[in-house]
Amino acid sequence: MAELSFREAVAAGIAQEMRRDDSVIFIGEDVAAAGGVFKTTEGLQAEFGALRVRDTPISEQAIVGAAMGAAMTGLRPIAEIMFSDFFAVCWDIAANQIAKTRFMSDGQCSFPLVLRCANGGGVRFGAQHSQSVENWAMAVPGLKVVAPSTPADVKGLLAAAIRDPDPVLFFEQKSLYGTRGEVPDDEHVETLGEARVLREGGDATIVALAAMVPKAYRAAELLESEHRISVTVIDLRSLVPLDTATIFENVSKTGRLVTVEENPRLCGWGAEVSSLVAEELFWDLEGPIVRVTTPHVPLPAADALEDSVIPSVERIVDAVVKLVD
Amino acid sequence: MNDNSVQLADTETRLELYRLMQACRMMEQRAYELFMQNLVKGTTHLALGQEAVAAGFGAAMREDDYTFCTYRGHNHTLVRGVSITSILGELMGRECGLLRGKGGSMHLMSMQHGVLGSYAIVGAHMPIAAGAALSAQYRNSGQVAVCFFGDGTTNIGAFHEALNFSAIWKLPVVYVCENNLYMEYTPIGEVTAVKNPAADRAASYGLEPILIDGNDVDLVYSTATQALKKARDGGGPSLVECQTYRHGGHSRADPGKYRPQEELAAWLERDPIKLYRKKLLDAGVDASELDAIDKQTEARVDKAEQTARSSPPPPVEIADTDVWSDGSSTWRN
Repeated sequence: MAELSFREAVAAGIAQEMRRDDSVIFIGEDVAAAGGVFKTTEGLQAEFGALRVRDTPISEQAIVGAAMGAAMTGLRPIAEIMFSDFFAVCWDIAANQIAKTRFMSDGQCSFPLVLRCANGGGVRFGAQHSQSVENWAMAVPGLKVVAPSTPADVKGLLAAAIRDPDPVLFFEQKSLYGTRGEVPDDEHVETLGEARVLREGGDATIVALAAMVPKAYRAAELLESEHRISVTVIDLRSLVPLDTATIFENVSKTGRLVTVEENPRLCGWGAEVSSLVAEELFWDLEGPIVRVTTPHVPLPAADALEDSVIPSVERIVDAVVKLVD
Repeated sequence: MNDNSVQLADTETRLELYRLMQACRMMEQRAYELFMQNLVKGTTHLALGQEAVAAGFGAAMREDDYTFCTYRGHNHTLVRGVSITSILGELMGRECGLLRGKGGSMHLMSMQHGVLGSYAIVGAHMPIAAGAALSAQYRNSGQVAVCFFGDGTTNIGAFHEALNFSAIWKLPVVYVCENNLYMEYTPIGEVTAVKNPAADRAASYGLEPILIDGNDVDLVYSTATQALKKARDGGGPSLVECQTYRHGGHSRADPGKYRPQEELAAWLERDPIKLYRKKLLDAGVDASELDAIDKQTEARVDKAEQTARSSPPPPVEIADTDVWSDGSSTWRN
């Protein structure tokens, strides 16, 4: 085990897969010579050469389109979209072409590709470089949606995404890039679609994703020490496939569910999780399902404003206290 | 480039070009008739009058080259060897359809024939073709991607992104603009800053402007052969503008009334199949040989129609399959 930052784990995951499989290539803006604007891909071009790790022009449609064309002809491309907000300028290729072509062609082809991006707020970039758009992707049949919360999962889930035969949108929460954690040195591959239970409690279950996971975990510690409320915390890790079994098993034990979402409220992923629990686990519930989300507003830039809208540890604590009391 | 520079293909190839064009024509005329009988639902975008482009390129391509086309892609699919039955069957939503009814008229695709898809969002397939070319270049396979599109596509962003992308990496791809003078219902000249929508943009990407008569199948074939060779030899992409005309409207709902009668009449005189028949006769081909091709082709289309008509609708269960590579549509455990 070595301690790596979240950003270093990105390069570690890509490098692990490029070493074992020549069909893996990597393209994106400033990803090669410069090592990425978030320094997530440093050293890859030096190790794998300019043919496998390529800088592209600012052409998101071309980047995502090229990944698609390469994936359907034998390669396993990884493409970086610098900020997830930029999916808006190439969403046709992702949502109409990549997501649908296997289905429309009656299963003639597969798209083993990964679209990585820096997602989410917390770094004062304002409304067009801070959005959490994982719920956009979740709404499109044919796209897998993964969002890790730890450096180890970045490496393991990225490796799994690269090996997956289907398209995966891989959301790296940019406020986590500087966080550090133990990462296995040896080959490390996780399984897509498995949530992880981080702690177990008896009073409520908090389901969180990406940057909301450490906040939920901290909230659970405070609930335990200051309010004598014990909660289960689940790191969802993947929205598609969705590990409903782990959610249901834990919600049925605690009787209460709180989702913590960075995406804006309407049609956030927690709405789907809530609806599934309400439909299939209603009689196990001891209280209403509560969603803690960013309100339905664009992300503001200033410290005080951004902090006021993204779910905080305090808001999570308050929501759980109110629910359990 | 002009007619005088055309290196004529051998007679066998020229008869094949005639055969391909006639198959496109007769298949699409039949598709139109089936539409009028309400046996083809939704919409269809026919390329009647534009057959020389599909045939010329199709005949020049290597078996393992890649075709990318648009919603007006029946002909480009057919010329790669896909059966008329499976195309008409797909248009009719039958079990025997190329995609068993999951795609429809606008999404014909046959990986085994190198037809990597018909794309219904204008311009989307241009960067995808670049990606297939990038893959061919990386694998050193010698394959070339050929990407067909209409004049309207030259004004969408993906066109420009794909051309720049392909040019900087010298990708083995040939972009083929079928300029039929109308972007859907509007004359292309009214909405485009340059006279020749594709050729006049070539210089922006360091490419040679190539503007040809897209109704002269010999010229299309020889242009295709050169562009494919250049791409295969590592010379990078080409952008070919073929001037042509669609005999009908944009889609089946469009009678095409916005087009001046004289213009339509002049282009009907320049029907690529009519022109080529005369050219072949002038070159000494016996009329009976061409008549035989016509007859055989009509018989193929008749048989395909019968087979498609008698094919059942696809089983409804398949609407829930093949979202994912494991064959399922499962998104949860």
